[in-house]
Formats: sequence, structure tokens, C-alpha cells
Amino acid sequence: MTFSTLMQLASGLRTSIYIFVLTLLFAFPLGLLVALIRMSRNCLLRNAMRLYISVMRGTPLMLQLLIVYFGPYYLFGLSLKNYPAFLAVIIAFVLNYAAYFAEIYRGGIASIPVGQYEAATVLGYTKGQTFFKIILPQVIKRILPPITNEVITLVKDTSLAQVIAVLEMFTIAKQIANQQASMMPLIAAGVFYYVFNFVVAFTMERIEQKLNYYQ
Amino acid sequence: MAVLSITNLHKRFGDLEVLNGIDLEVNEGEVIAIIGPSGSGKSTLLRCATLLESMDRGTMSYAGIKVVEEDAQGNSVYLPQNKLRQVKALFGLVFQNFNLFPHYNVLKNIIDAPICVQKRNKDEVIKEARALLAKMGLEDKEDAYPFQLSGGQQQRVSIARALINNPKILFFDEPTSALDPELTGEILKVIRNLAAENMTMVIVTHEIEFARNVADRIIFMAEGVIVEQGLPDQVICNPTLARTKAFLTNLAER
Ligand SMILES: Nc1ncnc2c1ncn2[C@@H]1O[C@H](COP(=O)(O)OP(=O)(O)OP(=O)(O)O)[C@@H](O)[C@H]1O
Ligand SMILES: [Mg+2]
Repeated sequence: MTFSTLMQLASGLRTSIYIFVLTLLFAFPLGLLVALIRMSRNCLLRNAMRLYISVMRGTPLMLQLLIVYFGPYYLFGLSLKNYPAFLAVIIAFVLNYAAYFAEIYRGGIASIPVGQYEAATVLGYTKGQTFFKIILPQVIKRILPPITNEVITLVKDTSLAQVIAVLEMFTIAKQIANQQASMMPLIAAGVFYYVFNFVVAFTMERIEQKLNYYQ
Repeated sequence: MAVLSITNLHKRFGDLEVLNGIDLEVNEGEVIAIIGPSGSGKSTLLRCATLLESMDRGTMSYAGIKVVEEDAQGNSVYLPQNKLRQVKALFGLVFQNFNLFPHYNVLKNIIDAPICVQKRNKDEVIKEARALLAKMGLEDKEDAYPFQLSGGQQQRVSIARALINNPKILFFDEPTSALDPELTGEILKVIRNLAAENMTMVIVTHEIEFARNVADRIIFMAEGVIVEQGLPDQVICNPTLARTKAFLTNLAER
């Protein structure tokens, strides 16, 4: 196991981290939006979101990656030249994770007692203030455990980016393992994933502790 | 001028006519207790008065401000939302389940709305909030979170929260029903003190003895109408109607 092998893996890890961070950055707000539309009074929009969520959760992320990347070419004959695979990965991951987050948000929002809305309404808070100041902070506290599960799954899911040839850590580990006819790069990659997840889990736990000041 | 004036209030949920023509006038300094069997519409009346529920027919005004008027067909028409928000500073509502915000400490529960909604001066609001907490016997609790307080303490915080904008009228919906029996006394005492300070109040309660002591007028509701009202001794000791009598006997036997 050479230093250069490790450096190559580290660059793959960087790609994995980018996928991870960008996915969360966009999927958290998008998921909230989807959840709100899913709970809205407009029947058409509500059912559209219900369908979107069920498709995203009912099909493999790997297939979604392939469709987001190759779909424009096969469906509309568009060239893939100016369409980086990395962008396709981010789009597919965000769409997929937003669906999972939306269902978690929805459960959290539904679990807040109606009295909280009523107290806020009587005190004159606007709908927006009520949601962002009173409801959402309580929702976040309640949904943190299931969110943590998804976030940890996401760390491992980043390895799926290989199906459209994005050089994330696992792709690189496999290539080097083939060249060197050795397991070591794969084991090293496993260690990297583990450490990555360890940091993520630790961070989530800290956030949960931070929110423990009330019940 | 009446603090609150409601005429011909009708409210239905689907096919269920819950309020069936309520007229209610509350004068300054008056304490009104509303009693009546479960499902008679007492909460719905308070919820309409506090704008939590919209009425179908009828009018309502607070201190001369016409909040709800009737159009030509007799349907209720409300002021625009931004005006309603100003009206909300004129009243306070105390819930059965307190409904404090669990993620805010005691002080923030009280001061957040006046600062963020009514845009009042922060230092002034904090000063008033501390005075209210002292009045509620909670001066050492301003940093506590609701889960750290007893039910009685939480209810006192929620009363302070309802009082912070110096409302002209305070509504209570069964303020002691969620409390252990030994804690109801402290809340009833707070309400008695407010009555002694001439606070205008409308209280839905099952505590008949308390209603009799504290109220200037008792309203007995059944099936969405006010069936009997008058001085406490008159309604409670000498009810004119058989159903009022039956209700009171029933309650006494429990
Ligand atoms: N949001 C609602 N949707 C449908 N029906 C409702 C709703 N709120 C109240 N009701 C019905 O209206 C009627 C009056 O209810 P309300 O809560 O005003 O009674 P109440 O006098 O406060 O009773 P209690 O003493 O049990 O609190 C009941 O039959 C109740 O089921
Ligand atoms: Mg009620």
C-alpha cells in the first residue's frame, strides 16, 4: 500500500464528501418544500408529491442515477458533452433524498399538537412566523433520530455514483485493487467510509444533545 | 362602551349547528362565568371570540372596533388579516392545556409575541414580563423551560403570557381542568386576584363554587344557545329552568 494509493483514495473521498454535503444542502430545504406541498390543501399538487415520493422510494437509487444521467440522451437526443456526470449525481441524490426527508418532515409536522398553532395564532403570529419560530424548531428536534439514519445511509450511498463513472472513493479503490491485484485499497476505502460515518454520527449526536435543553 | 359585543352568532361544523344565535355583551370590569354540559358549545364560543374559529353569521366588536359585520345576506365578514392582528392585542386566551412553547424559556414565552408581533420595545416588554412573573409568584423561574414546571406553574406562565399586551379582556377555557386537584387552588387564586383588579374576564369552568364566588354574571349554555343568565346566586341557587337545575344537581352529585 503506497502513499500514492492513499492519495488517490483521498481524492476519491473528497468527491464522496462533495456528494454528501451538496446532497444534504439541497435535499433538506427541498424535502421541507415537498412535505409542505404534500400536506397542502391543493389536491392536485398533493397527489403529485405523493406520486413523486412513492416513485423515489419505490425504485433503486442506482436506476434513478442512470435515468438522470442518460435520460436526456435517450429520451430527447441531447448530447452528454456538456453534462458532467457529477451534476447528474447531485441531481439524482437530491431528488431521492428530498423524498425520504419529506416523509420524515411530514411525520414530524403532524406530531406537533394543534394547541401550539392555536396559541401562536391567538398571540398574533403570522402563518410564516408560526411555522418557522414555533413549529419547525420542535419538528427538527423530533425528527433528528430518523434523519440521522438517512444521513448515515447517504454516506454509504455515495459509492453508487460509480455507476455513471464518477470517480468517488469506491470506484478508485476498485480500480487500484484491480491494478495491484490486492485487497488493501478496498480495505483502506472501508476504513475511510467508517471514519467518515463515525464523524457524521458523532456530529448528529452532538446536535441531538444540543437540542436536549427542552422536552 | 362594551369591551366585547357579540350579536346573533351562528356557527356550524358541517351539518352540526354548534352555536345557534348567541348574543353576548361584556362590560368593562365584568367577570362572566360560562357553565353548561359538555358539547354545549362553550369552547366554540370562546374560539369564535378569539378568532380561532370563524363564525358563519353574526357580528362582533371589541371596544367599539367592528371586527365582524354581516353582509346583506347575513353572512359574517371579517376585517382584513393585518387589522385582525391588531385586534388580537385586545384580548388574551388561557387554554386548558397551557400550550406554552416548549423550546422557549418562561421569559421568552411571554415576551416573544409582543416583540415580534406587536413590535414593542424589548426592554419595556422584559420589564413588564418580570413584573407579571413576580405577580404570579414565579420571579425565580424566568429561565426555566416549561417541562421543568408543575402544571400550576405552567398555567400561571400562560396567564402572564396572555396578560403581557395589557388586553382589555381575558378568556379562560377550563383553566384548571388539566391540573391535579391540589393545583387548581393556585390558579383560582390568580384569577380571583385579577378580578379584584377589575380585569374583564370570561371564564368557562366546571368549578361551580368558584364561578359563584368570582363571577358577576353566570351564563348557562345548552345546545348552542344561552338558556339562562343572571347573578350567580340567582342562576346557581334559584335557577328558573328545569335543565339548569338538572345540570347543577348532576354536577353536585359527581
Ligand atoms: N373542529 C370541530 N369540528 C367538528 N365538530 C366540532 C369541532 N369543534 C367542536 N365540535 C363539536 O361542537 C360541539 C360543541 O363543542 P365545544 O367544544 O364547543 O363544547 P364544550 O361546551 O366546550 O364542551 P366541553 O365541556 O366538553 O369542553 C361538540 O358537539 C363538538 O363535537
Ligand atoms: Mg370545551
